[in-house]
Amino acid sequence: MTTDVDLPTAVSQKFPSATPRASLDCPAFNVPAGEILAVLQHLRDTQGYDFLMDLTAIDWTAEQTPRFTVVWHLYSSTKHTYARLAAACPDNAAPAMPTSSALWPGANWLEREVYDMFGIKFDGHPDLRRILMWDGYPHFPLRKEFPLAGLPTDLPDAEIAAETKAGVIAAPMAGGPFVATPGQPMGDAEPRAKDEAWNEHREKPV
Amino acid sequence: MNTAKNPSNRMAADFSFPDTAAKTAANLPKEFEPEKMSLSMGPSHPSTHGVLRIQFELEGEMVTKADPIIGYLHRGDEKIAENMTYNQFVPYTDRLDYIAPLANNMAYAIAVERLAHLEVPARCAAIRVLTAEMARVSSHLMGLGAFGIDVGAWSVFMYCFEEREKLYRLFEELTGARFTTSYSRIGGLQRDVPAGWVEKVGAFCDQFLPILDECLALLARNKIFLDRTVDVGVISKADAIAYGLSGPNLRGSGIPTDLRKDRPYSGYEQYEFDVPVGAKGDCYDRFLCRGEEMKQSIRIIRQIVKNFPGGEWYAKDARKIFAPPKDKILTSMEELINNFMLVTEGPQMPAGEVYFEAENPKGILGFYIVSKGGGVPYRMKIRSPSFCNLSILPKLCVGHLVSDVVSILGSLDFVMGECDR
Repeated sequence: MTTDVDLPTAVSQKFPSATPRASLDCPAFNVPAGEILAVLQHLRDTQGYDFLMDLTAIDWTAEQTPRFTVVWHLYSSTKHTYARLAAACPDNAAPAMPTSSALWPGANWLEREVYDMFGIKFDGHPDLRRILMWDGYPHFPLRKEFPLAGLPTDLPDAEIAAETKAGVIAAPMAGGPFVATPGQPMGDAEPRAKDEAWNEHREKPV
Repeated sequence: MNTAKNPSNRMAADFSFPDTAAKTAANLPKEFEPEKMSLSMGPSHPSTHGVLRIQFELEGEMVTKADPIIGYLHRGDEKIAENMTYNQFVPYTDRLDYIAPLANNMAYAIAVERLAHLEVPARCAAIRVLTAEMARVSSHLMGLGAFGIDVGAWSVFMYCFEEREKLYRLFEELTGARFTTSYSRIGGLQRDVPAGWVEKVGAFCDQFLPILDECLALLARNKIFLDRTVDVGVISKADAIAYGLSGPNLRGSGIPTDLRKDRPYSGYEQYEFDVPVGAKGDCYDRFLCRGEEMKQSIRIIRQIVKNFPGGEWYAKDARKIFAPPKDKILTSMEELINNFMLVTEGPQMPAGEVYFEAENPKGILGFYIVSKGGGVPYRMKIRSPSFCNLSILPKLCVGHLVSDVVSILGSLDFVMGECDR
């Protein structure tokens, strides 16, 4: 396990606004959103961090300000070390971040995924569409207020929705057999357990 | 008017007329020019290996634009991970790259162990490497066989599947499952290796190498295979880096990045193996890399089998993380309480952020874990190699024939379960 020990001083000399970020492994920095592209480019061109391994975001819940943090993981194929950069989105209601897809074309899909899951817009992105969910999906599933079971939505095809009045059921198996709901006696949902189950409301079968 | 009864009215078709000359000779007005065709390939197409859909724009049979549409297998694994304990997520890692679940189990376990600052004993690390390399062989056999089928070589698939079946029998004996193994635990393994199992793995290696050579020879100098793959889908070094490719797709382009060598984890530094790289970065190079990687994996497996370490197979000092053995739970009060806390509240982790990547068969699988302490991750991002490998498709497909796209998809060797998560 090696880490790039010279990187923190090199980055803080060049970019005084980049502050160290708590990390359990590689060097990590908090960078203001306006400067992130310059720092990324410096790391790529001068420090040898040629791979953009990962780009993701964290939602710190609606009560926190700043709410969204975008995280970049860079890897250097010459030094064999990682670096982590994080930038907070300034606006909680309409989070945005400059795109790094001009530096790494591979960031294109990663940023689309972050937009899809968190609703963070990447300024200057060439093709900012949803990628895992379908176009027209109204929610951002990895935001903390989105429930694990999902939310019912309209069918992606408006014509079929108008004809059939059907929608997308978020958890189609919920309430059915073989799905145990937390807090509910298992015997209520599980037909095989029904005959055997007893509790304070139901007497033990003889 | 029925022309069939009146042959003299039929237009003579002259097939020797060249296409471009035909266009100029006809001097077509704008509205009669051949328009571009749009073709949707997938999501259920034999050569898309799962539920990948690509929306093509074609001119004749030449691809002018390709737009991959993914997400048909999206299950929200990252959301699920935020809602369960670290131990409960292990079975979900099987379903990422379901061709090599043992390697995923190991990558996830090491990522969480990095968060907990936990070291596993040498025997546990060796078993993990052994199973991960077996998973690599199994995955590459699948990739090789499916690639063969894509370009019309059926018999390679049958050879490969016979060998995979032998591996699956070994997996079944070790883990109890053939497919979804869930073998690694945080701080250890599900169980120790059964008696005599390691010797069986050694015996598998001995009989496997000649068959592998035969399999590779069926394709490596096969005229049809060469015509379909050489100089098709060339990925330059710069593109491979810029798009974040990994695994054999990156090394096929001549970049020797292999995390097993560059950042050894789980004791990879003890084993001797070489990292094969390609010269041109075409489909054929990626095929050659996979073939050679299997031989190197067998080399690693043989070294482990030869010097199989003894000792503990789980971290004994990690009482708050690894569940005590079942007989202890049933006889000791302390262990019973410990087990109860592990099951109900999960293994207790310190707060912090880690990012760990492992060299999986398909490429680099990464886990980014943000912990606020406790037994449940606050945020877990899975960096899936198939997702990044597929992101080059819009660039790679353009200028190729539709039939070449089939070769390209076969050579990229992706798994949609991992891509869509």
